[in-house]
Amino acid sequence: MLSDVTAMNGVARQVPALDVMRRRQDFPILRREVNRHDLVYLDNAATSQKPWSVIEAERHYYADYNANIHRGIHRLSQEATDAYEAARDKVREFINAPRREEIVFTRGSTEAINLVASSYGQHLQAGDEILITEMEHHSNIVPWQLYCQPSGAVLRVVPINDAGELVVEQFKSLLGPRTRLVALTHMSNALGSINPVKALVDLAHRAGAVVLVDGAQAVAHLPVDVTDLDCDFYVFSGHKLYGPTGIGVLFAKFSLLEAMPPYQGGGDMIKSVSFAGSTWNELPYKFEAGTPNIAGGIGLGAAIDYVRSVGMDVIAAHEAELLAYATARAEAFPGLSLIGTACDKGAILSFTLAGIHPHDVGTILDTQGVAVRTGHHCAMPVMDRYGVPATVRASFALYNTRQEVDALFRGLAKAREIFE
Amino acid sequence: MTADLRDLYQEVVVDHSRRPRNFGPLPDASHQAEGFNPLCGDRLNLYLKVVDGFIEDARFEGSGCAISMASASLMTEAMKGRRTTDAEALFSDFHAMLTGNPKTNPALGKLEVFAGVSEFPSRIKCATLAWHTLQAALHAEVQPVTTESIA
Repeated sequence: MLSDVTAMNGVARQVPALDVMRRRQDFPILRREVNRHDLVYLDNAATSQKPWSVIEAERHYYADYNANIHRGIHRLSQEATDAYEAARDKVREFINAPRREEIVFTRGSTEAINLVASSYGQHLQAGDEILITEMEHHSNIVPWQLYCQPSGAVLRVVPINDAGELVVEQFKSLLGPRTRLVALTHMSNALGSINPVKALVDLAHRAGAVVLVDGAQAVAHLPVDVTDLDCDFYVFSGHKLYGPTGIGVLFAKFSLLEAMPPYQGGGDMIKSVSFAGSTWNELPYKFEAGTPNIAGGIGLGAAIDYVRSVGMDVIAAHEAELLAYATARAEAFPGLSLIGTACDKGAILSFTLAGIHPHDVGTILDTQGVAVRTGHHCAMPVMDRYGVPATVRASFALYNTRQEVDALFRGLAKAREIFE
Repeated sequence: MTADLRDLYQEVVVDHSRRPRNFGPLPDASHQAEGFNPLCGDRLNLYLKVVDGFIEDARFEGSGCAISMASASLMTEAMKGRRTTDAEALFSDFHAMLTGNPKTNPALGKLEVFAGVSEFPSRIKCATLAWHTLQAALHAEVQPVTTESIA
């Protein structure tokens, strides 16, 4: 079976349909019941569920070759090092980075942004500008405030329109001679909006600024090619990509990483240490102080193998279809207001129901086995923009079905019944 | 509808959430406090008029989920005419019921409609926001209280 998809470049082509019932077998948690209902997990933008292969990869490491890496002469250490470094190669290939030295493992997207803000941010001076957008997650706002504002660098914010799309004209006019860095999300966690990153990177480069792209959401939903995007930094987390928590990635261009001072000091990041001073290890280890999340890295490698075996374009097409179905149902649902209606949008449905607080909706859905996120989604400025304290957010993954979307709307009907 | 859900959203709760009583400012308030739950954005201002150790009037303004609004509404009703010292004891009984020991307490009167909250641990903070704010108002704390800093 084939389904039509329109790729990012606007060219329609055909990709094989995703066999969702078969894929659901890969995720053990989907067998469980919640409140005497089959689990309907629609909180994937918070974290996705894990396939057996990821769970098994972690178990295998701990059960069969657990050892520290990069330092032991013994067999287990060598095996662990090989598996961890193989995961780095998988990441490099997955996002099409030119060099493996450009892949730094972190705890997640948040730590990766903090790393850049702290390290790259050190050469910012008073009056330098950092450009972010109104749709950013707190983790792409607060690190810049924390590390860059003390130096006198100024944070400027590109607004979004009512649909939740970045206003590109404003982006252009805010890019100025003092703009040193642009930090923006590839796909908004609160709205689903997908930004035209490639074009924005080009504009920023022409203005002489480097660009950090927050790919925490995007990486699980669309093919990412950092060479094509030409971004300077790209960050993402493992756990939203069907991988473990506590592991994430910073991609950064080699020349930038070389020039940047270390983020944390400790073991593994040094070449030599004396009380007079120390020298740093080569890339990427200069940025990987201390024993890392070895099992997490290996698990992330397994997650990448998994999504590549399914096909990122196949996943994207499946989710686009689900989102279209859910959006049509949402538009027909009385009193429902969609928050975020961008033309280019990932598998996120954020909304409010007239007269019913999102928190109450979340509780009622939970009694029906439907897991959604309710709240400000760590994007308080987005909530302010729309004048709501919170939204209900249903977010889809490769294993979600139309039947599950139907369960969501049955739950919403129940909420209306209670508050009628 | 599941029994649990109707236990949580009893008709009295839904009614008070949609038509909160004692809603609005209190110009001659002697005590006031602001309560905020940063996780869900619930926010309320509570105003008390205390005379000779008695709460003569109690009103509130704010927005939030059904549980937090209904709780504030029913609490202000319950407070009127009470000694300030009794308010603390009532909160202690109310909190005990929300955490399920005991599950019911006739001494709480109308406030017993919140007994169902004990089955929904993530909603206890919603039901207690108004009460934490009441404590802050009575102790005349200047800072807004948040449910994150109070167990």
